Order: sequence, then structure tokens, then C-alpha cells
Amino acid sequence: MDTAFTLGWVDYVIMVVYFVFVLGIGYALKRYMKSSADFLTGGKSIPAWITGLAFISTNLGALEVMGMAASGAKYGMITTHFYWIGAIPAMIFLGLFMMPFYYGSKARSVPEYLKLRFDEKTRGFNAVSFAIMTIFASGISMYALAMLMETLLGWNFTLSIFISALIVLIYTYLGGLKSAIYNEVLQFFLIVIGFLPLVFLGLISIGGWEGLTKQLAEVATNQGYAPGAYTETWKPVASAADNPMGVEWFGLIMGLGFVLSFGYWCTNFLVVQRAMAAGSMSAARKTPLIGALPKMFIPFLVIVPGMIAMALTSDPDSGFALPVKGGSYDYDKVIPMMLGYYFPTGVLGLGLTALMASFMSGMAGNVTAFNTVWTYDIYQSYISPNRSDKHYLWMGQMATVFGILVSIGAAFMAKLFNNVMDFLQLIFAFINAPLFATFLLGMFWRRTTGHGAFFGLLSGTAAAAIHHGLTQPVGATSLIKGGWLGTAIHTYPSEMAQNFWTAIFAFCTCLVITIIISLLTKQNKTKEELTGLVYSLTPRIRDENRNWYQRPQFLAVIVAIITVILSIIFW
Amino acid sequence: MEVDIRLPIGFMFTLLGLLLLIFGLTTVADPELYQRSLEINVNIWSGTLMLVFGGLMLLFGLRAKRSKNNIT
Repeated sequence: MDTAFTLGWVDYVIMVVYFVFVLGIGYALKRYMKSSADFLTGGKSIPAWITGLAFISTNLGALEVMGMAASGAKYGMITTHFYWIGAIPAMIFLGLFMMPFYYGSKARSVPEYLKLRFDEKTRGFNAVSFAIMTIFASGISMYALAMLMETLLGWNFTLSIFISALIVLIYTYLGGLKSAIYNEVLQFFLIVIGFLPLVFLGLISIGGWEGLTKQLAEVATNQGYAPGAYTETWKPVASAADNPMGVEWFGLIMGLGFVLSFGYWCTNFLVVQRAMAAGSMSAARKTPLIGALPKMFIPFLVIVPGMIAMALTSDPDSGFALPVKGGSYDYDKVIPMMLGYYFPTGVLGLGLTALMASFMSGMAGNVTAFNTVWTYDIYQSYISPNRSDKHYLWMGQMATVFGILVSIGAAFMAKLFNNVMDFLQLIFAFINAPLFATFLLGMFWRRTTGHGAFFGLLSGTAAAAIHHGLTQPVGATSLIKGGWLGTAIHTYPSEMAQNFWTAIFAFCTCLVITIIISLLTKQNKTKEELTGLVYSLTPRIRDENRNWYQRPQFLAVIVAIITVILSIIFW
Repeated sequence: MEVDIRLPIGFMFTLLGLLLLIFGLTTVADPELYQRSLEINVNIWSGTLMLVFGGLMLLFGLRAKRSKNNIT
């Protein structure tokens, strides 16, 4: 956008008040950080409603908010599939079936679970790739925040990087994971309250949901789609040619809804760490289920503004138009443009603060996941075992400082070489794609061996890379989009469809190879070692002493029913 | 739990809510400011919402604190 925002004194006061509270929470928690467990795992004492909100808030970073709004503008209502089919089922599965093993195993991290269940090399592979990934994710958040502040407010890029890094450093260094979790809850409420006026004002100005549907029907028919292509969720995915995302229902359900979604929500330590910090087994199981309740409604907060932006852009009388970049709309600017379009001084400061808060919590979430994996899974396991807990607490704090310093480097690298970041994200996508197959087999088939898991993971990653190298989306212009292994043997209707199918291939390969190698190799873990880690060897959790409405199953049913109702309403 | 997160959340939203509400009230006579928000004084609305939310958080947090103090 060409015109920068002009902020009034109220806007600055709101920002300052927020940051005082953020730092204050870190400071208040400082005196409770006595052991490495207090610092890195939150002391396992946090109530379920807090971990539940933090669980979805870590994921509700600004990149997610802006990205989902961009998708809302680009693809319309089918973006909600990233929530209703792409998150809720996996969150229910995690809470009901997987949390008992994570929490019950006494593992302090996801890689540590892999070590207990399989072997050292599987843990090492997961720990090292995860540690690198979190550092870069944190760097990218920082970079995006500084870029946004530079374009919107004219703030100095380098200064923004160092100030945001310093704030995150202070509150994570002082209060560890607990401070990150508490601040995520604060940020969650701030995002909701800060963005609500945007949705309301947008809907009022466009004539409500009806007006939005009418306006977007025009956009859809102009592009040759059915009138509802931008405002319905399931009807447009009957075939890939019927929707702007270029995906069909099978790839959507299998690729997004099963492989990618379960792989992210059930195995990514970034989110699972929040549930593991809960105070009891029951609280840990309820964490993703409680998180799922608000998660279902977040599309209305982030996707609907994107759709409104598209509708306004298509109406020449509205006076609002998304900027054009390189022949197409610059969708990533949806949220900042809409904030500037509707918000007067006052709520504008609130909206901007919410945006900054979500950037910073994205960084803090990654940093706190990094320092745990670094300290327990890399430092304590390979570099310096058998030291005092005081030493590991110190190491955790040092890892926080070190992690943020490297993130700053990554942020500057992102500014200099944009392609490097795309490349790294691609590599991590390959590594993550098969992970869920490993966990599924590990938790539910006791015969799975360490060798099977490790080579299954490697071949799954390789399969993802090969599939990506042999296919390309329509109109691919660079090798980062695929087809780098010579001529593409298949062309997908969109990048999204290609991603979904890459994941499906990786998952299936990992599943098959893990089973084959497990059958060929000997199980090195004894029955005793596997108790609590594998379904068939773990005593069922008895919650008969609880009232039926206090059990996780009841919550899961409620979540499922509401999701189905929402899907039917927007069918 | 050593620090009840409801108290800082409640305190912050009450403070910010008051700030927005007062700012909204002092700018009632400034229609130019609210032209972009469809002539709606969103600062008053947002401020009130935050004040109510912050107040509820404080209420629950303080009640929990009091009942805990009574037991010990």
C-alpha cells in the first residue's frame, strides 16, 4: 500500500500498555522458574482452558491470520476447509487417542517419545530437523512483522527486528514456556476483540452475509464458476475445475484432512507441547478439544474479512481495491488494507497491537519449542548428559538467547534471499509429510521397530521430494514449484492440489516401508519398555468416576456435532 | 497455580477498555474521524466490550483468589 497509516496518541498508548503487560507476565513468573522442568515444560501444572486456548493461539500467528485472510480473498469460503476438515478431526483424534501416550509416557517432548518408542536415530532425525525448522519459522515471523511495520508505519526495518526480538527474548527468558503460554492466551483474546469490529463493519457496509453472497456470485460467474463457488464449502469441490483453489474432494479429504492435518496437529511439538504442559492427564486430553471450540469459529474472524475485501474490490463504487502486484492482486495485504480502510484512530491501534501480538507469539511459540528440544533432545542426549538440573535450566535459558539470535540472522537472510526461505519451507514440508504414518504405526501397532520407523521416515521424505520433482502445478514458472527432476509427468490444476498429493504419496510410502522393514527386523524393545507407549500394552484410562459430561469423549462429541452443523449450513 | 492469568488479562482489558471508551466519548463530536467506520463510533463499542470482558475476568479471578484464601 502506498499511503502509510497515521497513528494518534491513543494508538501508541494501547501498544505500550500491551507490551507492559506482556513483559510484566514474564517478570511475575520469573521467581517460579527453579528447575529445568519449570522453565521448559511449564512444570505440568496449567489448567486445561489455558492450555486449550494456547494450543490454538500458537497456531494463530500473524502469518496464519494474514495468510488465511489472503486465501479467503483468493479462494473464498472453501478456505474454511483448513479449519473444519483440516484441523478439527485431528484435534479430536489427538485428544482422545494420542494424548494418553504422549502425556502418560512421561516424555518431555515429541522427539523424546520417539526415542522411548523407537530408537536414538529416529529421535535424532526428528529433533534436529524440528530444531532447525522452529528457528527459521521464528525468523520468518520476525521478518514479516518488520516488513509490515516498515510499509504501514514507516518504522525502520532493523529497529523493528531488534525491538520485537528483545521483547520476545525478555518474556521467554524470564518465564519460559509458562510465560509463552500465558501470553498466547492474552494474545488470543486481543486478536478476537481487535478483529471483531472489522468483521462487523465489513458485513454492515456490504449488506450482511446476503450482500456478500450476491457480490461474490458475480465474481464467481465472471470467472466461469457456479455462483456459489466463493461462498459455499463442499459443493464447489465436487471437481477441481469447479473452484478457484483447484482441488477436488478426494485430495482435499485425504491430503489436507487426513495426512497434512493429522501430521501437523498430532505430531508437531509446537502445538503438542501446549497439551503436554497441562496439569493432569484429563486436562491434557481436553486441551485440543477445548481449543477446537473457538477454532471452529476463527474462519469468521479471518476468512470472512478476506472475502469482504474481494467483494469490495470487485465493486468499482466501493472505493476499496486490493493493490495489484505482478499481474494479480496482492492478497497478503488484505488484513492491513482492511484495518486502514475501516478503523479510525483508537481501534486502529488495537488492531495493529493484535497483529503485532500474534507475530510475537508466533516467535515465542517457536523459541520455547526450540529450547526444549535443544536442551533435552540434543544437548542432554548427545552433547552433555548426566549434568545437574541447574545446568540444564541454565542451558535452556541460553538456548532461548541463542535461538533468538539465530532467528534474527534468519530474518535478515529472508530479506536478502527470498528464495532461500521458500526452499527451506519446501524441505521441511518434505520432512513433515510422512511423520503421521510413523506415529500412527508406533502407537497402534506394537510390532513397529526402530529401524522400520527410521527408514520409513527417510523414504517418506524422499517420496515427497520425488513426487514434487516429477509434478508441477499449472503455470509453474520456477523449479521451487516442482518439476525439477526433468519433465513433469503430471500437471496439477493448482499448487494446493500438488501439495495435498505430495503429502498423500509421502504418507503412503512411509506407511508401507515402515511395515515392511518392521516385519524384516527384530523388535528391540521389551514389553515392559513399550507399556504406556503403545495402544495394546497400555491399560485403558478409567474415567468412570467422573460424570459423563466431564469426560473428554463428551466434549469431543459436542465439537464434532457443531463442526457438522457448520459444514451443513455452509454446504 | 501461582499466577492466575485471569487477573492480568482482566486488568489489561479493563484498562484498555476504559481508555477506548473515554477516547470514544471525547470524539463524539468528530464525525470526520468516524467517516471510515460508517459513522459508527467503534471506539465506544469496542471500549465497552473490552470493559465488560475485562471486568468479568477480574471478577472470576478475584473470586477464585478469595475462596482460596478462605480455605488456607
